[in-house]
Amino acid sequence: MIALRGVCKTFDGGASYAVRDVSLEVPARTFVAIVGDSGSGKTTLLKTINRLIEPEAGEVYINGEPVRSVAPHELRRRIGYVFQGVGLFPHLSIAQNIGITPRLAGWPEEAIRARVEELIDLVRLPRTFLTRRPAELSGGQRQRVGIARALAARPAIVLMDEPFGALDPVTRDGLGTECRRLHESMRLTTVMVTHDILEAVLLADRICVMRRGRVVADGEPHELLAGHPDPAVRTLMDMPRRQAERVRALLEERAARE
Amino acid sequence: MSDPLRSALAVLPEYLSQHVLLSAAALALGVALSVPLLIAARHSARLRWPVLAAASLIQTVPSIALLALFYPLLLGLSRLTGRLFGVRFQALGFLPSLLALTLYSILPILRNGVTAVVSLDPAIVQAAHGVGMTSRQRLWRVELPLAAPMLMAGLRTSAVWVIGTATLATSVGQTTLGNYIFTGLQLANWVWVLFGCGAAVALALVTDQLLALIAFGLAHRRPRLAWLGLCLLVAGVAAAAAVPLTGSRRAGFVVGAKNFTEQYILAALISSRLRAEGYPVTERTGLGSRLAFQALAANELSVYVDYTGTVWHDDLHHSSDPPRAKLLSELRTELRRRYGIVLLGPLGYENAYVLAMRRRRAAALGIRTVADLARFAPRFALGGDLEFFARPVWHDLKRRYGLHFRALRQYEPAFMYHALMSGAVNVIAAFSSDGRIAEDHLVLLKDPLHVIPPYDAVILLSPRAARNPALRRALEPLINHIPIGLMRHANFLVDRRNDKRTPRQAARWLAHAAHLR
Ligand SMILES: Nc1ncnc2c1ncn2[C@@H]1O[C@H](COP(=O)(O)OP(=O)(O)O)[C@@H](O)[C@H]1O
Ligand SMILES: [Mg+2]
Repeated sequence: MIALRGVCKTFDGGASYAVRDVSLEVPARTFVAIVGDSGSGKTTLLKTINRLIEPEAGEVYINGEPVRSVAPHELRRRIGYVFQGVGLFPHLSIAQNIGITPRLAGWPEEAIRARVEELIDLVRLPRTFLTRRPAELSGGQRQRVGIARALAARPAIVLMDEPFGALDPVTRDGLGTECRRLHESMRLTTVMVTHDILEAVLLADRICVMRRGRVVADGEPHELLAGHPDPAVRTLMDMPRRQAERVRALLEERAARE
Repeated sequence: MSDPLRSALAVLPEYLSQHVLLSAAALALGVALSVPLLIAARHSARLRWPVLAAASLIQTVPSIALLALFYPLLLGLSRLTGRLFGVRFQALGFLPSLLALTLYSILPILRNGVTAVVSLDPAIVQAAHGVGMTSRQRLWRVELPLAAPMLMAGLRTSAVWVIGTATLATSVGQTTLGNYIFTGLQLANWVWVLFGCGAAVALALVTDQLLALIAFGLAHRRPRLAWLGLCLLVAGVAAAAAVPLTGSRRAGFVVGAKNFTEQYILAALISSRLRAEGYPVTERTGLGSRLAFQALAANELSVYVDYTGTVWHDDLHHSSDPPRAKLLSELRTELRRRYGIVLLGPLGYENAYVLAMRRRRAAALGIRTVADLARFAPRFALGGDLEFFARPVWHDLKRRYGLHFRALRQYEPAFMYHALMSGAVNVIAAFSSDGRIAEDHLVLLKDPLHVIPPYDAVILLSPRAARNPALRRALEPLINHIPIGLMRHANFLVDRRNDKRTPRQAARWLAHAAHLR
């Protein structure tokens, strides 16, 4: 469904590469998580898919068609994007924010209104929020609106860039589960960037690990958890297991004392 | 109600409406120019810099100079279009004022707009791309709405500047609230000066508050408030447009006056005679000296009074000094030949420059002539009007009598006499027909070398007006019928500190005293 072939991107005329020769296949209806340190090129890679960034070399295909053959704004209306900083339009109401892409695509008003109400239910926010402005919502509520906005025009693909980065752990967990549910029910192809390896393990069908612009590991979560030749990837994937083991040990300790 | 206040209120509808129309047109044009510039420059630092620099540069040109510079420019343009297409336009008044004020209005709107667009949250700009907006959609749906508060703030600054600066448009012949200020300053009518300032301030405040109302309505999603503000603004402009102008602008005669008392009185006298003949008349008062002459040559004024020496030296650029009668006849032929201007005839008095001192001081030092003055000059300060020190007559005086003053100071005529009486200067270059000479007990210093050329007051008619025999008939009775004593007294009626008369009242007195038919 999404295919990247030899994608390279440099911001400094070739002195360094934010993304270096990445090839990747994302079959339809899979949920892929991209993980890696800050600055490893995750955002840059994600943006080449909907042409927010144009690569220097390589090609991105969607359903076998190069994205360069489509006008950027047309392409972006067909791909949902959830931003790292949410990026809701502060001068528009929640309803207008959610309905923006259908409106740009020229849907009839009636259809937009129905879709907006459907989506606000889907991301589990009260409909009374529709007339509010983004400033009147909490961070978690805002990100729910961001997700609803990305899904509004019924895209087949959703790109998410650290969608829960700024949220508290409880909200984060809830929204993650929510995303997976929507991914299933709407039969989406999802690429999610995160620096939280546990989140990736729990939500994704597949995990790509990036380091200095390259994809250094790519596999299903259980494969990567079972071990990897790259010691850095091993350390990274060990983290959720070690955490889980520590939690289990704590619980057993308490049970033994009682 | 006091007399000056009543006379001020009588012309308020005309002055205010003209001021409103000029300011509104300049602002509308300013917005129409700066918003496209802003849109073009918003993503291009290379375009932004020169555009902002140019706008700032314009702002540093003194407004009165900018206004004055547009007149000759437009006059040349009008001549060109006249030659090319047979169409000429009015270069005096509205047009130069509009252009200058429009240029002034651009900077605040542009600068605020650019600041707003450049400082937009990058996350929001990115989101606008991400949801699939085209460049135009980003502009209209995101960039302009988010820049709107800053843009409105810029518009408010612009509006206040334009309304304030519009008062200066009086000097290029556009009626505004500035007419109160300019006329009031010339005639030492402080009620008028205050009235004009107050009216301009009130207009600026009201406009600013209405724009603030619109901005508030936009920012707080109260569209009704925004509409209310807009409707009130539009209603104000519409009301101004509905005020009828005194006298039809096209059909009648335009009587000009330069910026001193005598000119106001003579313009009132000429106007009243033309009105008595049944012609609609517009007065354009407070004009700069050279501007009045150019406007007459371009048929933008029909008639005004000038002085032989001034026209000979300043407008025709002669350096010779023919005797009085010869000057008059040569001037008549040359004006006719070069400009088609008709010198109808002299009024019968001279308004020459003359060096004047306080009588008691002159007597104490034994100064009776300019030659006597030369000895004391190094200890004295000399006051002149704004044009005197640039005129050939001053250079000749200096050279022939060997005058070297301690200081030279320039004043508006009204303040020049105050400066002499208060001792800020010791000698002034006064005007021989000035009423304040008698009032202030001044002594006029004799010019034994006859350096100062004759300055006979003469009626000048524009080429077009001269073709109208009825106009000539109406004005011919003035020729050689105004002796210096009467003119001086008429000036005195307006200039004196107590029991001041308006120029119109003085004109009526003059007509009566001179037994004009
Ligand atoms: N617009 C840009 N201009 C210059 N350098 C950039 C830009 N965007 C990203 N980079 C650089 O590219 C590298 C990868 O950035 P990014 O893709 O944002 O990393 P990640 O999302 O993994 O934290 C970093 O070194 C970053 O500094
Ligand atoms: Mg990132």
